[in-house]
Amino acid sequence: MASVSFANVSKTYDGKTSVVDNLNLDVKEGEFLSMLGPSGSGKTTCLMMLAGFETATSGEIYLDGRPINRVAPQRRNIGMVFQNYALFPHMTVAENLAFPLQVRNISKADIAQKVNRALEMVELPHLGNRRPAQLSGGQQQRVAVARALVFDPKLVLMDEPLGALDKQLREQMQYEIKRIHERLGVTIVYVTHDQAEALTMSDTIAVFNFGKIQQLAKPAEVYETPSNSFVAQFIGENNMLPGTIVERSGNLCKVMLANGDTIAALAVTDAQAGGATQLSLRPERIVVDPAPDGGDRTLVTGKIVDQIYVGDHSRIQVRVFGGHEFIVKVQNASLRRTFSKGEAITLGWHATDCRALDAAAGHSSGPVQ
Amino acid sequence: MRGSVAASWLQTAGTDASRKNLILRQHRRSRRQARLRALALVAPLCIFLAVMFAWPLATMLTRAVSNDEFGAVLYRTSASLADWDGKETPPEETYADLAADLKQAGEEQKLGQVTSALNFDWTGARPLIMRTARQLSSEPENGWKEKLIEIAPDWGNPDLWALIKRLSQPYTSRHFLAALDLQQAADGSIHGVDANKAIDVTLFWRTLWVSAAVAGLCLLLGYPVAALLARLPLKTSNLLMMLVLLPFWTSLLVRTTSWIVLLQGNGVVNDLLVWLGIVGEGGRLSLIFNVTGTLIAMTHVLLPFMILPLYSVMKAIPPSYVRAALSLGASPVTAFRRVYLPQTIPGVLAGTLLVFVLAVGYYITPALVGGQSGQLISNVIAYHMQQSLNWGLAAALGSILLVGVLLVYWLFNRLTGGQGLRMG
Repeated sequence: MASVSFANVSKTYDGKTSVVDNLNLDVKEGEFLSMLGPSGSGKTTCLMMLAGFETATSGEIYLDGRPINRVAPQRRNIGMVFQNYALFPHMTVAENLAFPLQVRNISKADIAQKVNRALEMVELPHLGNRRPAQLSGGQQQRVAVARALVFDPKLVLMDEPLGALDKQLREQMQYEIKRIHERLGVTIVYVTHDQAEALTMSDTIAVFNFGKIQQLAKPAEVYETPSNSFVAQFIGENNMLPGTIVERSGNLCKVMLANGDTIAALAVTDAQAGGATQLSLRPERIVVDPAPDGGDRTLVTGKIVDQIYVGDHSRIQVRVFGGHEFIVKVQNASLRRTFSKGEAITLGWHATDCRALDAAAGHSSGPVQ
Repeated sequence: MRGSVAASWLQTAGTDASRKNLILRQHRRSRRQARLRALALVAPLCIFLAVMFAWPLATMLTRAVSNDEFGAVLYRTSASLADWDGKETPPEETYADLAADLKQAGEEQKLGQVTSALNFDWTGARPLIMRTARQLSSEPENGWKEKLIEIAPDWGNPDLWALIKRLSQPYTSRHFLAALDLQQAADGSIHGVDANKAIDVTLFWRTLWVSAAVAGLCLLLGYPVAALLARLPLKTSNLLMMLVLLPFWTSLLVRTTSWIVLLQGNGVVNDLLVWLGIVGEGGRLSLIFNVTGTLIAMTHVLLPFMILPLYSVMKAIPPSYVRAALSLGASPVTAFRRVYLPQTIPGVLAGTLLVFVLAVGYYITPALVGGQSGQLISNVIAYHMQQSLNWGLAAALGSILLVGVLLVYWLFNRLTGGQGLRMG
């Protein structure tokens, strides 16, 4: 299995704006790393540089410790699943799978065996003689995965491979790719703009924006403890509140809001007293009508704006701190009541669940173009 | 009570059936109107095609086999020759009929049609007819037979009469035979014409290989250009596409004059080659007014017809296919040969067929830059249309060309697997 390392890699097309800006990233052997970010964040460019279809303007990419900037794509031995699969339309499924083996001068008997094994791995053993156009989207997707794996590459790149599938199929394929990854132990670098996909499948997520990695962490960490306001807003849902830090004490700080209220929060940002901050609070971390307990719980009263029933949970919109609307997610099993519009409600959360981040999205690390 | 329910049910059923009928009628009427509207939309084009294309084509095909002008002018003679056995000279009445026919034709100025038909197979037919027609004013003393033979001994030759009889048939194969450098002797046997007259078959073959060579050259030159255009960003490719289409916008004469300036013996290309020392002063290449000139000029003019279908097919091939092939370990050459090239085949076939078919009918360019050895069959057709006025032969040559092109089209259709051609 292979390890990948980006060392100070930058890429620019026009010499002015960096698509990828001084990137440093290590992918361990056998790791499933997702590059997650909005379009134009540089994640696909990173993947293309790794595959060899783009060249880094500066810096070096290492594969198993060897620099590969000057290695042609066909000599890198990296499997790749393309966004629209790129299955060769004039070849059958079996011919598509045999292609990487034929160009490696493998004997015919071995090719047949490997092709069959690959087809069985993606559970399509009977479709070898079909043309790609005769397959459903999900089947094409499986063939594309099989073709990227059939020549036993140590590293597989996937460029938004599930983007063209409908929701149900996408979820099913997520588990299947994860299963294949666990079985083969191959290193996978996976590019997506779908956070659910990244959260479900990855060992590690690299959140990209403006050509930089905003946070590199395990899925749970990226979700629960976003390190800046871009990550907080990009992944999952967050209630964001601008404010000013009044004082810092240990890992907590006091933040004054626009309406003059002061609440306690976990100090994630480097900003000192007097600096601006964005508070971020997950909707599901907010408790409705909390039982009074220890002093570290923040309590606030608000007015119900609306309550939306979403099956397993309800989304309650509450106006708090003057003009702000908070979303509160409550499991219907524990709620057992409906609110009427304008009704007063008390919300509560632990001060450590309310994270004081940098003031503006994407501004936390380095300059912004 | 029960009876009335049943009655009202029956009534409903009755109205239902009539409603259904009504709906069906209205449906039919609206369908009919829709069909009429569609017909009205395509009618102008259909009429135009029928008048300007189908009808002339049919006229050409009939003219290639028809003989009726000759028979119509010499109508008395052809009637009386109908039961002539062809062994001896015909009887006196036939000679009288011929004299009457020629006299009338002379008055109506239709002798030309007689001579041009005869001239093809009978040496000296023109002076023969003219001399005969001039001396028909006075009635002969001993009958027309003696007088005509006296005017011209040819009239005593049964072969000439056999020829007249053959030409009087409403349909003839002689135009097609002539188009293939064949002729029918007086005894009906078919054999080739003199080697110094046989030119049409040579020109057919030359037209075929020149057209094939032009198509091949266009493919060779156009394929890389189309591939590049398809890969470039739209802004750049639009600009370059204008350069590709430039030959379309340049007047034919300007283009041809430029070729003459460039390619003649003391032209730019030869001067450059001499200056570079590639050819000596005495070894200047003859690049124009021969088949080389025809090839160069036609390739230039027809190149866009190759590039456009190729471009439209290549534009539809996402770059990810070649990338996928590379990522799977194929060298760039293998990726091209096994992944890119097979997907461009429809464009290659469409472009080649288009250029070939257009080249087969090319006429002005070879006439201007082809010299003697660069003339194609279309130039011969034009010659027979405008100079020799042998329209029957021109029609026969044209029909053979048409059949040849249809054969090529059929062959290409078979090659593309019966899917027909994709022009984009």
